[in-house]
Amino acid sequence: MSNDKRPASSRFRPRGRGSRHFAMSLPAEKPQQFKKTLSRLLQYIRPHLLSLLFVVLAAIIGTIFTILTPRLIGEVTTIIYTGLVDKMNNVPGAIIDFNQIRKILFLLAGLYLVSSLFLYLEHIVMAGVSQRTVYELRKEVSGKIARLPLKYLDSQPHGEILSRVTNDMDLIGSTLQQSMTQVIEAIVTIVGILIMMLLINHWLTFITLLTLPLSFAITTLVTRHSQKHFANQQRELGELNGHIEEMYGGHLVVKAFNYEKESLERFKTINRRLYAAGWQAQFLSGIIMPLLALVNNMGYVFIAVVGSIFVTRGLIAIGHVQAFFQYSKRFSHPIVQTANIANLLQSTIAAAERVFRLLDEDEEIPDREEALEQFSPRGNVHFADVDFSYREGESLIKKLNIDVRAGQTVAIVGPTGAGKTTLVNLMLRFYEVDGGTISIDGVDIKNIQRGALRNIFGMVLQDTWLFNGTIRDNIAYGREGATMKKIVQAARAAHADHFIRTLPQGYDTILKEEASNISYGQRQLLTIARALLADPPILILDEATSNVDTRTEILIQSAMARLMKGRTTFVIAHRLSTIRNADVILVMNRGVIVEQGTHEELLAREGFYADLYRSQFSAA
Amino acid sequence: MNRLFQFLKPLRLPIATVLTLVAIRVLSDLYLPTLTADIVNNGIVLGNTHHIIQVGIRMLTIAALGGAASIAASYQSARVAAAFARVLREKVFSRVESFSLPEFDKFGTPSLINRTTNDVTQLQMVLLFGLRLIVTAPLMSIGGIFMAFSLDPTLSLIFIAILPFLIIIITFIARRGIPLFRRVQKRLDSLNLVLREGLTGIRVVRAFNRDTYEGERFQKANLNYTTTAIQVQRTMAIMRPVMMLLMNFTTIGIIWFGGLRIDSGFMQLGDLMAFIQYGMHIMFSLAMLSMMFVQIPRATASAHRVVEVLDTVPGIRDAGVVTPIENVKGYLEFTDVTFSYPGAERPALSNISFQATPGQVTAIIGGTGSGKSTLSSLILRLYDVDRGSIHIDGIDIRKLALEDLRRKIGFVPQKAVLFTGSIEDNILFGNDGATTGDVIRAAKVAQAANFIEKMPAGYASLITQEGRNISGGQKQRLAIARALARKPRIYILDEFFSALDFRTGAQLRTALKKETGNSTVIIIAQRVSTIMDADQIIVLEEGKIAGLGTHKELLATCRIYREIASSQLTEEEIA
Repeated sequence: MSNDKRPASSRFRPRGRGSRHFAMSLPAEKPQQFKKTLSRLLQYIRPHLLSLLFVVLAAIIGTIFTILTPRLIGEVTTIIYTGLVDKMNNVPGAIIDFNQIRKILFLLAGLYLVSSLFLYLEHIVMAGVSQRTVYELRKEVSGKIARLPLKYLDSQPHGEILSRVTNDMDLIGSTLQQSMTQVIEAIVTIVGILIMMLLINHWLTFITLLTLPLSFAITTLVTRHSQKHFANQQRELGELNGHIEEMYGGHLVVKAFNYEKESLERFKTINRRLYAAGWQAQFLSGIIMPLLALVNNMGYVFIAVVGSIFVTRGLIAIGHVQAFFQYSKRFSHPIVQTANIANLLQSTIAAAERVFRLLDEDEEIPDREEALEQFSPRGNVHFADVDFSYREGESLIKKLNIDVRAGQTVAIVGPTGAGKTTLVNLMLRFYEVDGGTISIDGVDIKNIQRGALRNIFGMVLQDTWLFNGTIRDNIAYGREGATMKKIVQAARAAHADHFIRTLPQGYDTILKEEASNISYGQRQLLTIARALLADPPILILDEATSNVDTRTEILIQSAMARLMKGRTTFVIAHRLSTIRNADVILVMNRGVIVEQGTHEELLAREGFYADLYRSQFSAA
Repeated sequence: MNRLFQFLKPLRLPIATVLTLVAIRVLSDLYLPTLTADIVNNGIVLGNTHHIIQVGIRMLTIAALGGAASIAASYQSARVAAAFARVLREKVFSRVESFSLPEFDKFGTPSLINRTTNDVTQLQMVLLFGLRLIVTAPLMSIGGIFMAFSLDPTLSLIFIAILPFLIIIITFIARRGIPLFRRVQKRLDSLNLVLREGLTGIRVVRAFNRDTYEGERFQKANLNYTTTAIQVQRTMAIMRPVMMLLMNFTTIGIIWFGGLRIDSGFMQLGDLMAFIQYGMHIMFSLAMLSMMFVQIPRATASAHRVVEVLDTVPGIRDAGVVTPIENVKGYLEFTDVTFSYPGAERPALSNISFQATPGQVTAIIGGTGSGKSTLSSLILRLYDVDRGSIHIDGIDIRKLALEDLRRKIGFVPQKAVLFTGSIEDNILFGNDGATTGDVIRAAKVAQAANFIEKMPAGYASLITQEGRNISGGQKQRLAIARALARKPRIYILDEFFSALDFRTGAQLRTALKKETGNSTVIIIAQRVSTIMDADQIIVLEEGKIAGLGTHKELLATCRIYREIASSQLTEEEIA
């Protein structure tokens, strides 16, 4: 394995976003510290306490009003029934009391209006609360990432961190938005309906309550069963996606090696398994609702029968039975809902826990108070007895001593994966040394603020990094407020001006994500232009020219030579011809500097370098 | 979207079954209130307990029937949706596998991955959702109105009166909601983009002290997203109360007018109670429709992306009649080849003519963008030439079957790509004919045998995705072994030394020379030292041949070659 701690392949693996909306009921992840995380999450909601209070109040009022309505409808039914029966029995002066009915209906309309209004208010306020909470949380995570040491960031797949900010946040947001209000509404509904039912009739209430354990049993049983299938489905989906990613990623090779048929065969095999696992999972999760509806309907029938018999015996008013129908229908729904929310809450807390874990990671050691805010060195770099390791117990650099005088060129040479970027990591304090000191012009770099320290260095890294924006902005990245003239100058010096001007919008051309609309060589040229514009005292060229064609390289080298004059330069490359002119060559192998000296000195030593050098030409 | 319905055609029968089952469920839901009406009208009002129990039993049967239909519908719909996804996924995948490079350039690899995975899954979910819930709405509405009509046609007019309001509300929310959902998705994507860029370029951000700037960029995206998300939530928040209100006011209307009709003897009390239930069923099922608003933008976007892939016909296909070819010698000839990438202003290669014969090494040297790798893609027919032609053994490669052509070429790409599986699988990649002996032999020549044998499981050792568990140099050697195992007649080696250290590179070159004996070898290189002894060297400059000859000849005649050589070699090495 390479010792280079460059970020691992950072391909963002898309997750099935949106599937949650179908209540796929994936196995809930269990948080480790439910209470602690919950209370911490609540801290974020705290600033919105007043809004939240309003939401709770609105939910309670809205729900209570809703609960009252079936009762009122029942009253109307009773009035009609009484009038009807009286008429049938030829009671003198018997009529249906439409005045009374009108009064009740107006009251009903009022209740409906008010409860709708409150439910509406509840939701719009909650939308603001939940989105703003997540906004703050996201902001905090973004700020945190900026303060995290590379040691941490390099060790995490970027997809993981991205998923904290997107998927986990999404989950927290939607849970706050929906589940909070649902829980409140559910509790009020359950309590309210129970009271209303008890007020009407104990026996009928008893029948309704009987269906509850059955509903619960069904939900838990089916869920437990279906989660197994969901896990299967997830596994097959993962395998299929892996296959797709690989085959598409290596399309060139697939084509060149006539692998399409085998690839399709493999795809079909996994796809078949996914199909089987998929429909079973969807089927099982899909039957919860029908089963509950069945239980509910059976309860309805029993209430209808028993209620009707009670009416004929005169034990209960007909309107009450009717109200009961509605109550029993609405009763089981919030209970099942609460069960779902409990699951959702668990995964939400688990998501929050992951976010908090990120927020709790150790940050970069803060700059010392006495650290220099500004520093313009000549460029003497000195490593004294530097020790360093990426992992404890696996010492990589031991007692390293390097002495570079201002204006010198240092070539770092070695076989692949020799850990050359480690030096960059240490000089820019992306990583901290374990022992010894690195100093610039005699000042320990720990005594320079990171910002000031990094201003000293101009870098052209191996992974050229350009962001989504104009070419002009990309070049000016290293120097805020650079004039257009300076930008063009730098581009010219890097021989990028010509190709930039051939692009449709010239310097205003917007680079797509990962700059896929320009070639690799062109990307390199832009990063070189950027480094040129930054005009730093020390340069680090991380194989900067290895992807630029040799002819352009000649031109770049001349521009570089001009730039390097009076500047200390570290060149990381394995092309020996480009480093022969270096003042110092550091020969690295397996992360350790095995030799240092000039080209002639090292050749005379007949060691690792001499061997390396000769092998380039011996077989040619 | 319509294009996707063809995939539902073979599923007509199961879909019809689902619809029938859903209809049964809907009918049972609607029949229960009718029976309730019966209980009230003939049981309660007449005081007939026997009738109440009788109807009760009937209700239980109906409820059980509805439940059974519902479960069966769930089963059928799960199968239909999964089968649909399975077929669609396979169609998309095999279409993408048939793509050549122009199509990949057009879509981009990540996008193709997304289209094959997420978009298809999205469509599966929408179909499932549609079969279970959305079809309920029209069935319930029609059934409900029908039942209401059969009970009391006059009172049913109330549903017709309410209909315009419903349509207005639903279209209003759809009009506002659908674009909003689209926008929120876009904003989320750009939020992700900023974050992803900040993470991949973290070293640059820090080296240039741009943390604050990146932070602000993120905050801007964050705020944009939050604002739109709140807007969406608020729009959707209107939905539920308004629908509820409409439903409730319908109920009030039913009670009032129903009461009046009962009073005048046109209607019975139980019918009124049933009516209220019909109303609720209808409105509830219509409210379900509103859930579609979240799905529609997602689904149409997914459908659009999937169809785009399906509608893309690969430009490079076998000719109608292919020329069979056996015993390829490997004689390769470019005649006046010109090629431009789609949409490019200038051709990547122009007027390229050369011949490469078996037993010869032809090297191609030149800078980035000079067209070296393009040239190798053309030999593999990953792109088709615009003008001129490429012949192998005198046959235009466009007349050959793609499979025949590529079978004879051993290609080592610039970037070594390996696949999940054992080392042996990787060397055997796309090459069923090879034996274990061939694999070991190829590995030896490629200088890979040493490190392979040191691995705990040897040739059976597993390579993880993208070959993350082995080094760049090891990957490259395996890629070389893979090409060797095919025993090709033409080798294309694209900068295959780039990740190797000098010593290994040198050993490899010596071993390769023996192995490739009488094959045609094309080496693409940037370093003069690696190709100095080639039989012919082609110097490419901006897509044109700037020189062709041996090292010595080119030094004498080609200015560009001289420049390249002198930048890389010392005087004595050049000579």
